[in-house]
Amino acid sequence: MRDSRTMLIALLMPVVQILLFGFAISTEVNNVNVAVVVPKWDEEIRQSVNKLSSNPYITYKGVITEHDIDQQLRSGKVDAIVVFAHDFDRLMAQWKQNGNGKAAMQLIMDASNTITAQAGAGYLNNILAGDLMQSNSLVETHMLFNPQMKSAFNFVPGIMGMIFILICAMLTSVSIVREKETGTMDVLLVSPVRPLSIIFAKMVPYFALSCINLTTILLLARFVLGIPMSGNLGSIITVSLVYLLLSLALGLLISTVAKKQIVALLISAAVMLMPIVMLSGMMFPVENMPDVLKPVSAIVPARWYIDAMRKLLIQGASFNLILKDFLILVGMTLALLALALKNFKDKLE
Amino acid sequence: MKTNDNKQQLIIQVQNLTKQFGAFTAVDHISFDVKRGEIFGFLGANGAGKTTAMRMLCGLSYPTSGSGSVAGFDVVKEGEKIKRHIGYMSQRFSLYDDLTVQENMELFGGIYGVKSSELRHRATSMLTRLDFLSEKDTLVGSLPLGWKQKLAFVVATIHRPEIVFLDEPTGGVDPITRRQFWEMIYEASSEGTTIFVTTHYMDEAEYCNRISMMVDGKIKALDTPGNLKKKYAAASMDEVFRTLARGAQRGD
Repeated sequence: MRDSRTMLIALLMPVVQILLFGFAISTEVNNVNVAVVVPKWDEEIRQSVNKLSSNPYITYKGVITEHDIDQQLRSGKVDAIVVFAHDFDRLMAQWKQNGNGKAAMQLIMDASNTITAQAGAGYLNNILAGDLMQSNSLVETHMLFNPQMKSAFNFVPGIMGMIFILICAMLTSVSIVREKETGTMDVLLVSPVRPLSIIFAKMVPYFALSCINLTTILLLARFVLGIPMSGNLGSIITVSLVYLLLSLALGLLISTVAKKQIVALLISAAVMLMPIVMLSGMMFPVENMPDVLKPVSAIVPARWYIDAMRKLLIQGASFNLILKDFLILVGMTLALLALALKNFKDKLE
Repeated sequence: MKTNDNKQQLIIQVQNLTKQFGAFTAVDHISFDVKRGEIFGFLGANGAGKTTAMRMLCGLSYPTSGSGSVAGFDVVKEGEKIKRHIGYMSQRFSLYDDLTVQENMELFGGIYGVKSSELRHRATSMLTRLDFLSEKDTLVGSLPLGWKQKLAFVVATIHRPEIVFLDEPTGGVDPITRRQFWEMIYEASSEGTTIFVTTHYMDEAEYCNRISMMVDGKIKALDTPGNLKKKYAAASMDEVFRTLARGAQRGD
């Protein structure tokens, strides 16, 4: 392989993505929808509300009643609700005088998206507390729906699910189709080398490459992002290797269908990436999907892999708990491999 | 037009070879023989079925019906054995662009099981003959097309096959390079290699010992260029081709 550019992409992409999703994206907060609950208006509250409504990063959604808090958050109309205390002006005066006191307002955040919730909370805290921000207890923050912020690391299994499909499936399919396109595949096929050996030889480098990626991702996740990795390392690797094989089989299957590199690229990128991102539970939890989409997501292999990785990496589950995921992945791998090889043989005929 | 020479002298024998893709008959009951050491031109318009016929002879594709043998092996049952005795050069340039001249030769020589010491010797002598030894560490991708094609021919014959199949080897190549290319073909032929070549260029057809003309999957004519011209009262192969191809249903 003298194709150093592909090599570089294959090796750097996971690192960049992990770091990107890990750090860069978490700091970006735009358009936080905020509503307020005001038991009794006074000058202090009016000032605080003004601060909120005039901030360019916040969309002020008006006043709601206490009863509506839950419904508003659940429906997703607002991301955060500020509840002012009924004796807000008295408490604030106390704060200004003594520099401490009881919490004068409550901040209730929708934390189903942990990344924006964390950043948004920090941001709102700053605005509301203003120059009194040296103290944290002025604003009492509640994270709803996800109190322990457990999903903070959810993107790592997601990225793993995506990267391996990308690298194995896309690069394998593209490299095989490239041989078809340049005609070298014909030359290889008329040679005494068995077609199966050709396929095998094409898969090995990408399998090796993906193993390197797996190591990099696991090391980054552990030491840079501080993910607990509480599960058994052996199970993590076993499940990942099965998933790698599955991706390779998928790449082979694509290569039997596609005639041009660009087609192979499009199939891998558009047809596979989209379902992985949208349906695998990487971004949107499977449980929250409409009933129509749930069975569709079940045929996305990444869903089972991501699920298994989440359990292993973050929750520290034992192998028994991911047995179902594992068996589904093995089954899918065998099915895909059989289909791909059959297709490949048919094309030769 | 069957020759009744000694069977040993016939390196390709084909009887009623047919290939159907669904309802479409790409190759329709073709029969012909190729003699050892001959330069056999396989002509026809686009879509006439040349490449399909050639793929069957190379063991790349199974015939729907009919029989044939290449280098003494059955095209239906012994495709794998055939592959070991033939060379093949595809109509698209088919070396690895990101390997050097030397590496390409080693790769394909290795695939055909040529011993590495022998391989190095052959590579050097062939490159020397082409006056190309100085470029042996150049990446193939950076060579001009003419050179690539010549190199592809060298690679296709590096394992000294009994017969080499050339599928439109000179497509897109300038006349001078084409001329040089045919010199290489003659040289290989004089060393006893049988050449089976498809081409679009009718002037090249004149270089062949015998040619066959395929129209709509059938062989319409098979003889030496001279005889064909006489038979169809034509001044050139081009005219012969146009007479025969008139009335073709397929092609562009």
